Amino acid sequence: MTSAQPQIDPRDLLAQMHLIRAYEEAIVAGSTAGTVPGTCTSVGQEAAAVGVVNALAADDLILTNHRSAGHLLARGADPGRLLAEVMGRSDGYCGGRSGSLHISVRELGVVLTSTIVGAELALAPGVALAQTMRNQPGIVVCFFGDGAACEGSFHESLNLAALWNLPILYVCENNQWQAFVHRREAMSREHVSSWAQSYGIAASTVDGNDVSAVLAAATNAAAQVRASQRPYLLETWTYRTRGHFEPDDQAYVDPAERAAWLARDPIAMCRDRLVAAGNLSELAATDLATRSRDRIAEALAFAAASPYPAPEALTQHVYA
Amino acid sequence: MPVLTLNDAIGAALAEEMRHDPRVLIFGEGVATKRQDLVREFGGRRVRNTPLAEGIIAGTAVGAAGNGLRPVIDLLFAPFLCYAMDELVNSAGKLRFLSGGQFSFPLVTLAMTGAGWGVGAQHNHNLEAWFVHSPGLKVVMPSTPADAKALLKSAIRDDNPVVFFLDIGLLYTPGDVPDGEHCIPLGQAAVRRAGDDVTLVSYGKTVHGCLEAAETLAGQGISAEVIDLRSLKPLDEATILASVTRTGRLVVVHEANRLCGVGAEIAAQAAEKCFASLRAPVTRLGGPDAPVAASYPLEQAFVPQAASIAATAASLCARQAA
Repeated sequence: MTSAQPQIDPRDLLAQMHLIRAYEEAIVAGSTAGTVPGTCTSVGQEAAAVGVVNALAADDLILTNHRSAGHLLARGADPGRLLAEVMGRSDGYCGGRSGSLHISVRELGVVLTSTIVGAELALAPGVALAQTMRNQPGIVVCFFGDGAACEGSFHESLNLAALWNLPILYVCENNQWQAFVHRREAMSREHVSSWAQSYGIAASTVDGNDVSAVLAAATNAAAQVRASQRPYLLETWTYRTRGHFEPDDQAYVDPAERAAWLARDPIAMCRDRLVAAGNLSELAATDLATRSRDRIAEALAFAAASPYPAPEALTQHVYA
Repeated sequence: MPVLTLNDAIGAALAEEMRHDPRVLIFGEGVATKRQDLVREFGGRRVRNTPLAEGIIAGTAVGAAGNGLRPVIDLLFAPFLCYAMDELVNSAGKLRFLSGGQFSFPLVTLAMTGAGWGVGAQHNHNLEAWFVHSPGLKVVMPSTPADAKALLKSAIRDDNPVVFFLDIGLLYTPGDVPDGEHCIPLGQAAVRRAGDDVTLVSYGKTVHGCLEAAETLAGQGISAEVIDLRSLKPLDEATILASVTRTGRLVVVHEANRLCGVGAEIAAQAAEKCFASLRAPVTRLGGPDAPVAASYPLEQAFVPQAASIAATAASLCARQAA
């Protein structure tokens, strides 16, 4: 059902964030060792992904981008098949053609993933139009960053979605970085949500490192989109604590700014809150982290054992 | 047989396909304004005006096609496709492959181009070769109203993105259009005139220049075969190569810039696959490496004309006789 969301155990949210962190750390270690290609990691942004995805219904559709691991894992993607995709193996969700940058998993409703910054915004209105015209109940959730918000496609997308009453939940993960340029150098305003309001689209900004706050805000936003069949823009205010892609020495990053955000690590914040409230023992918290790392180790072994695609794959699926 | 202009033939194809399949819809700049008959029959949900923003029109079409609809979009003039390149080339052309075949993008992009209205290079630019060079896309450019209708019906039914160019110079030329369900498969060229001495390959309005040239050549005792490609991708190599193998002479004619145009590919194919049959150098006639001017005589001078096509073909035949 697409209306009321089931009660979500905050410990599940913590477990999902741990899994994403373990996945990204395995990629970082692998890329350092030369066994896994470098990717655009989402380290530091786990709460923004987990909070939003857990607010969605099974029949909602998600458009994401190059920094997609959090969205995919929170949606239930198999880390083994994801890592196989990253490593260009045949068991990857896209048969190894995508690599890390454009992973779609249609069976999970993660569709038309594009790595061209802003393309997800250009595609979202059409996906939503098709949902409406085909009388499908699911709303469309479009993840993008502050970088994409500076593309023309952001403004064209919001204008059309408002004009045509399209059920799109725009989620801007404002992670403060547009590749190697700080958001301050690239945006005339601080918040993307303020731009949405000028298109007549309801919008809000939430602390993107507080998973409970993101879940609450996204649940409310998704409910508004469902009820109104109108777009809504949720901005999750967060920080990309690693580089644009691996490896990246981050020499261009202000150490004080990064340190301030690391002190607000979304996983530590969630864990400490659960422990302090007596909802999670120290032992259980440590066990969650360990189990995530174990699961990723298994996934990595699966991916490494998966064969590379056969040469015929070079020209398969070009045309329907 | 009904006589329709190419523009009316496009309208007829749209109406038939919208009746045929409820997933078909059309939107773009002024689509609802210009095609009131479609609005009356199918309603404003399936026939939509849009903001004048080609990127989001194309992006919306790609998103809708990837999620179960079969959109047709009208981007007006071909140079405006530059605003839609990311959506057509990077999304429609690549996301099926990159996703391992999880999605298909059945969409048609209409765009006008070519000499005829004196609109200058920002409205007239035969850039069809760009899209031939982009994997995942099909490219069509008809030369008659009957073909325009039958090819558009096939393009709408195709599960791939099709860029469908309309030659401005042919839009209001009437022609016989057969009634009823008539589809021409994409990738099937038409032999417009059979001949033995030289093969003239073209598409769009220069097909008519080739036919006129063939008539002139006949008066000189030269029998020219005229092939209308109709679709540039897929390209009907078999028809071209069979003809060239027989005639031993090939002139490729198009309005688009000669440099890296579709003609270059056809010339290369002939050189690679029919070398032993060639009795004269393969020759291309096309526009110069220059933007198109608005001035009528300059606009016309951009386009290979019947006289130069005939002279070129005749010189190839004379070369063999010498």
